[in-house]
Amino acid sequence: MLRTNLPHIESQSEHSDLINNNENVMVCCGRMGPMCIPVYEIMEDLQSEYKNVKFADMDFDIPDAKVIRSLPECRTFQGLPFTIYYKNGKVVKATSSIQSLEDVTAILNEHFGK
Amino acid sequence: MDNHFDVIVIGAGAAGLTAGIYLSRAKVNTLILNEGVVGGQMVLTHEIANYPGVENISGYELSRIMKTQAQKFGCTIKSNIKITSLDLTDDLKKITVNNKTTYTAHAVIIATGGRSRMLGAIGEDVFKGKGISYCATCDGDFFQDKEIIVVGGGNSALEEAVSLTKYASKLTIVHQFDHFQALEHYVDEAKKNEKISFIMESKIIEFIGDEKLESVKIQNQATQEITEMKIDGVFIFIGYIPNTELFEGIIELNQWKEIIVDKDMKTNLSGVFAAGDSNQKKYRQVTTAVADGTIAALSASEYVFNKKELSEQALAN
Ligand SMILES: Cc1cc2nc3c(=O)[nH]c(=O)nc-3n(C[C@H](O)[C@H](O)[C@H](O)COP(=O)(O)OP(=O)(O)OC[C@H]3O[C@@H](n4cnc5c(N)ncnc54)[C@H](O)[C@@H]3O)c2cc1C
Repeated sequence: MLRTNLPHIESQSEHSDLINNNENVMVCCGRMGPMCIPVYEIMEDLQSEYKNVKFADMDFDIPDAKVIRSLPECRTFQGLPFTIYYKNGKVVKATSSIQSLEDVTAILNEHFGK
Repeated sequence: MDNHFDVIVIGAGAAGLTAGIYLSRAKVNTLILNEGVVGGQMVLTHEIANYPGVENISGYELSRIMKTQAQKFGCTIKSNIKITSLDLTDDLKKITVNNKTTYTAHAVIIATGGRSRMLGAIGEDVFKGKGISYCATCDGDFFQDKEIIVVGGGNSALEEAVSLTKYASKLTIVHQFDHFQALEHYVDEAKKNEKISFIMESKIIEFIGDEKLESVKIQNQATQEITEMKIDGVFIFIGYIPNTELFEGIIELNQWKEIIVDKDMKTNLSGVFAAGDSNQKKYRQVTTAVADGTIAALSASEYVFNKKELSEQALAN
């Protein structure tokens, strides 16, 4: 269980509800580790600024996280967290390992706007 | 004035948070401005076993407690901000954030710590998370039965190399010098490990691959000879640099860009104090950062108290 202030995705069905019922979604799939925590914190801070985006996290080690682990976009990933950006249910961008505030906002602005 | 504080602390690592706790508890109106994640390098540490009074705690947990403690005493913390300009020379210090909001204070404590040094080799940015990692405990299990390199020759490089042999089938340590900087104990442990081999006096100069890292170019520093080596992953542990770029030309720094302070954590500028890993010092630990933060906070509150007394006297006269 991740100890963050983000909504947690606990199952494949919650994941599919979230991405199919919202236009813009950012999901960070990781552990409570040093490369992941900074990304969760950035997402927590950006929630109030990007009202058009739904932010959530998912524990990398739960079986249902295979919806993210097995995405073709993550095939070459070897660093946590896996961060996925969905538009209308489709992956528009995926990143591996720690990202800075600048990295995240650049992707949000490019794909979702404010 | 909403944006005016008695003291502004720059950085929310162990040093900055400690300063925040001491200042706010003493009813000194304090703002902490932090560029990255609250907790700083503590968050990079899976387990801290040498913080007195706490047998074992994750760095993240310890930083959360420090943050809550500071906030409970009334400290304001703003994280994930960028300081875009600052004026520390005047009596009233001014700091502008995100090119938008300017905060003022009587005193400033700099506690910006340090960050991992990058190799700076070609392709490093491209393969981050796709074969290049800076955290063994985070990404080690992606390299089960794989061949990996660890770059570095200090304590963390050798300690992490030994721990990564839990996963890797073969591990090569690449180090730029002909000897290690690590303590003998770490070197012995690595040398005893059958999975570990060494390439000394050499540097990785290029990372190569298509969708993920496939090989590296290694240059021998003595002969300049370049060889290519097939590899699944590279872990980089080559030390830390102080986060003091913002203060160059403003505060007195030494040749390694560390902040020079006196025993009260005063810098060369009146009303500007500094604490923690960004300072010139020999030992960088959570305990030493916490000690610096305490001293800087007490010095800053004395400074602010004297300033306020002087201005009240001036008004009374
Ligand atoms: C992997 C690892 C393991 C460690 N293990 C231990 C251990 O077991 N025990 C131990 O005692 N010590 C350990 N240490 C050392 C210890 O973590 C540090 O010495 C200590 O945390 C330093 O605290 P600090 O507040 O000085 O700096 P930092 O923790 O570096 O904090 C500085 C803060 O300032 C912020 N900042 C930087 N620049 C700016 C800017 N321009 N504007 C605003 N904010 C800025 C940063 O984002 C950061 O949050 C370890 C360090 C590492 C990296």
